[in-house]
Amino acid sequence: MSSLPRTPLPSSEQPRAASSDVRLSVEQASYAYSSNPSQAPLFTLEALSFHAKPGEIVAILGPNACGKSTLLKLISGALEPLSGRIFLNGFVTHSLPPRTRAQRIALVQQESRLLFPSRVWEFVLQGRHPYGSGLRFETEDDVIIATNALTQVGANHLSDRWMDKISGGEKQRVILARALAQQPLLLLLDEPTLHLDIGAQVDLLHNLRRLAAENRYTVLVVTHELNLAGEYADQVVLLQKGKCLRVGPPSTVFQRELLEQVFQAPLSVEMTASGRPRVTLFSNT
Amino acid sequence: MRPLTLGRLLFRCGILAVILFVVVVIALKMGAVQVSLYGLGRDLIRVLLGQSSAISTDYGMIVIDIRLPRILLGIVVGASLSVAGASFQALLRNPLADPYVLGVSSGAAVGAIVALIIESHLALSPELAGLITPFGAFLGAALTIAAVYFLGRRDGQIDSSTLLLGGIITASFLSAIIMFLMNTLSGSNLRGTVFWLMGDLSTPQPRSLLFLLSFGFLVAAGAIYTTASDLNLLLAGEKEAMHLGVDVRRVRIVVYLAASILTGLAVSASGTIGYVGLLVPHIMRLIFGADHRMLLPASALGGAIAIVVADTLARTVVAPSEVSVGAVTAIAGAPLFIYLLRRRMT
Repeated sequence: MSSLPRTPLPSSEQPRAASSDVRLSVEQASYAYSSNPSQAPLFTLEALSFHAKPGEIVAILGPNACGKSTLLKLISGALEPLSGRIFLNGFVTHSLPPRTRAQRIALVQQESRLLFPSRVWEFVLQGRHPYGSGLRFETEDDVIIATNALTQVGANHLSDRWMDKISGGEKQRVILARALAQQPLLLLLDEPTLHLDIGAQVDLLHNLRRLAAENRYTVLVVTHELNLAGEYADQVVLLQKGKCLRVGPPSTVFQRELLEQVFQAPLSVEMTASGRPRVTLFSNT
Repeated sequence: MRPLTLGRLLFRCGILAVILFVVVVIALKMGAVQVSLYGLGRDLIRVLLGQSSAISTDYGMIVIDIRLPRILLGIVVGASLSVAGASFQALLRNPLADPYVLGVSSGAAVGAIVALIIESHLALSPELAGLITPFGAFLGAALTIAAVYFLGRRDGQIDSSTLLLGGIITASFLSAIIMFLMNTLSGSNLRGTVFWLMGDLSTPQPRSLLFLLSFGFLVAAGAIYTTASDLNLLLAGEKEAMHLGVDVRRVRIVVYLAASILTGLAVSASGTIGYVGLLVPHIMRLIFGADHRMLLPASALGGAIAIVVADTLARTVVAPSEVSVGAVTAIAGAPLFIYLLRRRMT
């Protein structure tokens, strides 16, 4: 029987024996939006590649309409790349069934609107949904995991509050807690600092830094906050108008001419004592 | 954290079931013919034991043969409409959605009338003919909800107000079609159809239809219930639900088809009864919260209670004549709807 030829798995199913410490690998992925297939695309994301390890924070940086959100959708598996592949632990993210994908990738989106109010704990428990099939009742394990998730983001005291009665910063933490309850390998955050004040922004990224280290998450943050990316990211993917201009650690990507050209603003870059770049913007006058 | 457990779910449903039972007993007692509680209990037990022939009095026969089937029909219709309403509200992310408001009931009515007209031209066996109306109503409901769904979509997202407006326009368009079709009906047929359209449980239905309705309800509501956890996540939006592991496309198809079956069956048996599918899920949500694992069975029981109460009023307030149950639900429902709408806005 062993002589029977084994049908090879379709390439999308086959775990790739990539070097063991790479978790996310984006390989020449591209995408194009068009309103009509026969017309020229309205927006193109040119082929780009990068790799991320467990415990690493990657910042996807760029001005508005640069393709940040498209890249995030490709990585989350919501969109299928036009060309190229995106692997998570060797599996093509777009081909994973929804439930499996949700066990491995958690997405923190800009504030979600709720149709009917729910309690914070109900919201966090939703993160356990991918771990049951069909109709399910939460187990004690689910409750423990959700409670831990709330503790990890320092929001345990909010557990019994209503989602629509807490502040923006508190809500952002709770949304992060729900993502943690999914126990993902990959944590994606879409502009998580958008509605937060400075204190809450630093707080959130501090949390992410700690969580990435403790739980070995690979974290991807889409942002246009230069200094937060410079301070907290291990790698920066710099995008402009659908083109990937540079990938690398902040100290190499944060070049004055490059950033000035991308963000269309005069600025200066200096290195802090910790080896992190700091950007100062000047007014145009 | 106190997540819903099966025990708590069953306990709450048990309370609602007890209320339903009490309402049914009262409904059986009320009417032109008075029966004692003792006589009622004795006769019911005899029916359950299969000894209907032992029921002595004509009064007992009235209760068992006329009031009881009507109440059972009301229970299935009310449960179907409420579950359909709760499902549409979750799927369309719109708390004001229900089969009546969205025009789905009207679509089912058009389907049923068209089926009636076609049927009269075909020489079918009575069993087959009896199935054609519910099937026509289901098709009408399914086509209407598909049309309303596409009318309500803008840039790939469902827009609440566009959806409701689309539903209202569809409903009035379909009402015009119904008027048009009614001109083709004659004499006694016409009077029956008019009464049926207003929402009516008084017409005796063949026993087979009651079985079809109950069976259809169990299958369709059961199918919707398997997606209860998914519906909870869909409240936050389709994209968000997808990222939490919901197979949105599958859930959407299952719930649309099942809710159309529920609406079609209810309308083919009792016409367009309004407001039950809208208000009962609303009230249940106020009491038990928005968790569909609790909300769906609570709505089914609550809808049954609401229809049995409304129908008992319909046949007793102007006795010896009666009004249509649809008129009762509308008279009670419309002001309640306005009240809930204003409350939401403040």
